[in-house]
Amino acid sequence: MSTKEKEPANLSRRDFLKISGIAASVPLVVSPTATEAQGQQAGIVGPGAVPITLTVNGKSFSADLEPRVTLLDALREHFDITGPKRVCDRGECGACTVLIDDRPVYSCTTLAIEAQERQIITAEHLGGAQPHAVQSAYVNNDAQQCGLCTPGFTVATKAFLDKHAHGADAEIAHGLAGNLCRCGTYRGIHGVIAQMSGREPKGNAGTTTIAERLATSAEGGA
Amino acid sequence: MNNFEYASPTSVEQAVALLSSTWGESEILAGGTDLLGRMKDYVSTPKRLINIKKLPGLHAISKENGGLRIGALVTLDRIPESSDIRKNYAALAECVAEAASPQIRNMATIGGNLCQRPRCWYFRNGMGLMPKNSEGKSLVAEGDNRYHAILGNDGPAYFVTPSTIAPMLLALNARVRLIGPGGPREIALENFFRVPHSEDEREHNLQANEILTDILVPAAGSGMRAANYEVRQKAAFDWPLVTAAAVLHMSGNTVQNARVVMGAVAPVPWLSSEAAEAVTGKAIDEETAAAAGRAAVSKARALSENGYKIQIAAVAVKRALLAASGQPVPNVFAQGGAA
Amino acid sequence: MPEQNQYSWPPSADRSYIGSRMGRVDGLAKASGHAKYTYDYNPKGLLYGAFVRCPHAHARITSIDTSAAESMRGVKAVEIVQKPGSEIHWAGDEVVAIAAIDEPTVRDAVRAVKVEYQELPHLVLDAKEPPRDIPPDTSPLGVDDLEGMFSNQVPSNQIIKEIKERGISFKPEEVPLDRIPPEIANAIKSAQQKPSEKKKVPSWYKPAAAETQGDPAGAFQGADTVVSEGVYGLPVIVHCCLESHGAVSEWTDSEHLLVHASTQFVSGIPGQMAEGLGIPAANIRAVQQNIGGGFGSKFAPDRWGIYSAKLSKKAGGAPVKMMLSRAEELEVAGCRPSAYARVRVAAKKDGTLTAWDSFGWGTGGPGGGGSPPIPYLIRDRVPNYRTQWTAVVNNIGPARAWRAPNHPQACLITMAALDDLAHKLGMDPLKFFEKNAELTGSRASIYRDEFPIADQLMGWSKRWHPRGDSTKGPIKRGLGMSMHTWGGRGHQSECDLTIQPDGSVTIKMGTQDLGTGTRTAIMAIAADTLGLTPPQITLLYGDTAYPMSGGSGGSTTIGGVSSTTRRAAVDARDALFGKVAPALGATPEQLEAAKGQIRVKGNASKGLSWKDACAKMGAVPINAHGKNLGGRDPLMNSGVGGVQMADVSVDTETGIVRVNKMVAVQDCGLVVSLETAESQCYGALIMGISYALYEEKVMDSTTGRMLNPNMEFYRLAGIGDLGELVVHMMVNKYDSRGVIGLGEPPVVSPGAAISNAVANAIGVRVPFLPLTPPRVLAALEESRKGTAA
Repeated sequence: MSTKEKEPANLSRRDFLKISGIAASVPLVVSPTATEAQGQQAGIVGPGAVPITLTVNGKSFSADLEPRVTLLDALREHFDITGPKRVCDRGECGACTVLIDDRPVYSCTTLAIEAQERQIITAEHLGGAQPHAVQSAYVNNDAQQCGLCTPGFTVATKAFLDKHAHGADAEIAHGLAGNLCRCGTYRGIHGVIAQMSGREPKGNAGTTTIAERLATSAEGGA
Repeated sequence: MNNFEYASPTSVEQAVALLSSTWGESEILAGGTDLLGRMKDYVSTPKRLINIKKLPGLHAISKENGGLRIGALVTLDRIPESSDIRKNYAALAECVAEAASPQIRNMATIGGNLCQRPRCWYFRNGMGLMPKNSEGKSLVAEGDNRYHAILGNDGPAYFVTPSTIAPMLLALNARVRLIGPGGPREIALENFFRVPHSEDEREHNLQANEILTDILVPAAGSGMRAANYEVRQKAAFDWPLVTAAAVLHMSGNTVQNARVVMGAVAPVPWLSSEAAEAVTGKAIDEETAAAAGRAAVSKARALSENGYKIQIAAVAVKRALLAASGQPVPNVFAQGGAA
Repeated sequence: MPEQNQYSWPPSADRSYIGSRMGRVDGLAKASGHAKYTYDYNPKGLLYGAFVRCPHAHARITSIDTSAAESMRGVKAVEIVQKPGSEIHWAGDEVVAIAAIDEPTVRDAVRAVKVEYQELPHLVLDAKEPPRDIPPDTSPLGVDDLEGMFSNQVPSNQIIKEIKERGISFKPEEVPLDRIPPEIANAIKSAQQKPSEKKKVPSWYKPAAAETQGDPAGAFQGADTVVSEGVYGLPVIVHCCLESHGAVSEWTDSEHLLVHASTQFVSGIPGQMAEGLGIPAANIRAVQQNIGGGFGSKFAPDRWGIYSAKLSKKAGGAPVKMMLSRAEELEVAGCRPSAYARVRVAAKKDGTLTAWDSFGWGTGGPGGGGSPPIPYLIRDRVPNYRTQWTAVVNNIGPARAWRAPNHPQACLITMAALDDLAHKLGMDPLKFFEKNAELTGSRASIYRDEFPIADQLMGWSKRWHPRGDSTKGPIKRGLGMSMHTWGGRGHQSECDLTIQPDGSVTIKMGTQDLGTGTRTAIMAIAADTLGLTPPQITLLYGDTAYPMSGGSGGSTTIGGVSSTTRRAAVDARDALFGKVAPALGATPEQLEAAKGQIRVKGNASKGLSWKDACAKMGAVPINAHGKNLGGRDPLMNSGVGGVQMADVSVDTETGIVRVNKMVAVQDCGLVVSLETAESQCYGALIMGISYALYEEKVMDSTTGRMLNPNMEFYRLAGIGDLGELVVHMMVNKYDSRGVIGLGEPPVVSPGAAISNAVANAIGVRVPFLPLTPPRVLAALEESRKGTAA
């Protein structure tokens, strides 16, 4: 196969520079005054603190923050909103999950400065003033132990159910894969999905006898 | 994380001008799912971050020349949601839906997915992409290389390409558009990736002040069959040990043309002409698929701890070919019930 | 049957909450994100602490220069943790502590400190079989040796044995005898004092003397004897508590410290911090409302606790938060010791187990660590045995107790070896274990009760096949089982229960709830004893201002707090009966507290509502102090039995293992809180799947560093990685034994059950956990070679 590269014929380097109107790049390390002047032109802020305003749980929060402050740290350390937890701090575990414009994201891997002008919802406000039905279902199904992963999990679960009203097992495996629990509460979370989607939970929730358990078992047994 | 200047330009030209021409001084922030972790670990210490999410024109999935144009800033969650992609490139839709987790897919962009840096644990622990011990020997070759390369591993690069989507796009013969101070250019995806030979080089052909703007996927064609197969330990959200993407152009049951690409086996997505040749002109069955799998790893070379990857790469290729031709493949995760 | 007295557990007919699925009382606070953890405590003026850590696995500090950090804007305090000259034994150990106005600043300051090291030789790997010709160390124990054993949680009986056999090279008064367990203190006092020997060339290996019984050599001979041999093992894993280790300390005045600690032992924090800070323990108040996981790794204040206080002092008393990052948590906050063993085991052809011979090794870090109780469950009762153990003294990191210390290791090695023997005998493992159940001693009857239940719930007898699934295709399915035990007698625990004249009830207890359901259990017992509902009772806890409770380790909390709560509630209730009896024209003995009333037994019409009854108290509240009776307390007990079975599928082409189903049948005496007890078991199965399939502290041999200090390559099972989980608690069956701990036992067996199931599926043993593709494929390859040859 051909590996020859083609350059769009109708756009030369000179044309491009003309279009862009910028003949040189904005230097990275120059005198402060020069940086300031060119920086303002290109909208450069930082590295010092800059005023940042976030809309969280329907309220406005403002602080002067360095651009490197993550949304999670802004919420927790500056606005004392501690429902989102910092566990891995690398977008691996989901304990920091919040909704931004109704979509679940990792707040540890989002800069606060990027999250301005968006609607941010944390576990504390998932159901507005009252706990969300998903959160009550977490209690009903004892889908928590130490509880550190739980707030993030409830946010992810609510978002999952918005997309999969009748979450099947395979959908749960993928759709809630972004959250990890160390105590091992996943079985209860399966119960949450089953309850919220109107299905009977499998396994032995609510049963005590061996016969009852066998009757609800998907595998083997009877 | 070191502190940095932050800019959020609103035109591609502005963005390009803000980028340094030297790697490491500035970084492009799109989804941030890879970059911010690297910065927290001081693996990347840019002095300036250029948020490109406000650039116009890079957020759309559209038709172009009978094929597909995916803007670099399209987040992963939108790709399987596109009815056009689901209809004409179902294997791509499935492949993207398997990537990472829902939260990552909501954040990460397709452009960022192709530009992400390797997950090599020596690299991520700050020892360098081609780390050496005091005697100049490779730490990877001497150390725990269970996830490292079995192909293209002549050194000094032993890491594997991280993207789980690149092999499928490469098998689909995708091209990418880049833009830099010299203007735009367009290259085949397989030439976008390369094996670096020093710490100063990157694992792709992007220049430090270039931005990847578009991914172009050729028309599917009626005889096209495609599938992706990932071998991973966990049911979801787990870096695969090996992936294989197969795109077949069929005439009846006969393969006219095939592209087979493996991921996580080499420093680049590995296009296997051996596997393609093994099935061209043949019908896909267990035997031909298995032969293609063996051919795909015929030039593989194990490091001290990763010999098993040769076996599973062959299996991944076999299963991708079987799946592409519509045949069932074993799925260990489908056994048994859920909790 | 225990003696009946006024404190005895109420009969099941009189229990509304005890043994029920009453719902976790703190559930909604946690689910809605309102529950506060140590990490969430953000007092005004908070400073952030962080450590400079050693990048080398074994090194000596040669110089430290903190000047650049000290002059940075926002840095408030710098403390040297280990001075130049100190020897570092694992990568990531603390060298300098810094506090600054915010976290980015303190992380910048950490990077500004310059430390130079002289690197020393290190060893971070442990799976290689050690040489057998190293003689056991017989030199007298020094103070350092003793400290090493304590910090590595070597079992008391082993420490005592070493003290007796080796003698000591120090004077007993050189160690704080009042702060170590009395039996060890006694051993030290009566130990032979010898001059210290010049240290031999340090070795990576520390063999212990072999232990033998019967005729372990001869027992492997004989025409009627079937012998099985194998190597088994599991690597160092870590706790990965989701809330990392740490504390927030603040000086409320120059002599008083308030510490928010993430700890499994609130009451024990002051005593462990006082000496290092030079103030009386009485001047330290420790508090904790919620803890995000501990699993055995959070008993001590640790350097992060001590240095948060020291930095706070230096910074004028401002609160200092010192919490570990995820990488730090995985690198330095504790290792579960590894264990490997080469085992020979023999039985008669009828399946009667006759002999065990093992050579084991493993690492607990720089101290070497304790040895697992091999052979598990049957030690001392198998007629002929020899066990040898060599501790690998290496630089992988410090050992800490990990949920059921030493048991998962001993269980895997033993149950896998026995399962291999059953295979060699051509026996169904369930029948083999049933046949040899007597070797488990006093727990045999429990296992015998549990076997048929597990059998039914798994469908074992219908579905079990001999080794090697003969189904066509690459995916093979198999069953495996295991059994386990644990002590779990309640620890010392005290509480105050107060009934106010207006009817409000408060319990104050210094304990902690690790997420096991301790709060819920306390509420269930108090509510049932007082005839109230849980919302009518206020539980104040997690504070050294309240009566002490032991640490939540060893599954000792549920027994301890249950008896204590029952005793306080019974005493308070009986005192209330005394006040109310005249008004009801009855004697106190005729009264009962039920359904919100104090009434004549069984007569609802002859009673007063709780509120009206309490009004009879006058102005003086009733206070009852609860304190369990420890080892002679009939309300609690020790020793549980559990049986688990696993159903797995293995993709023999890729080596991927999938757990389809697990069954856990578990006894813990009287079940106080059924729902949270079941949750403990489900959680243990999931944690077990995780360590069976994924978990491993991966070390780089050259640099001595952990390669996977993160949650992408230190894999934990996700929600898609478990099949069907069935938990059956032995409810009501063993109530008469009283309350016994549960947190640990169900996590002992999963590794063994899953390993055995994989062997049953693919026809060959995968020797080591975790059961990863490289290991599974290597075992299959070995077996193919074996078959070909």
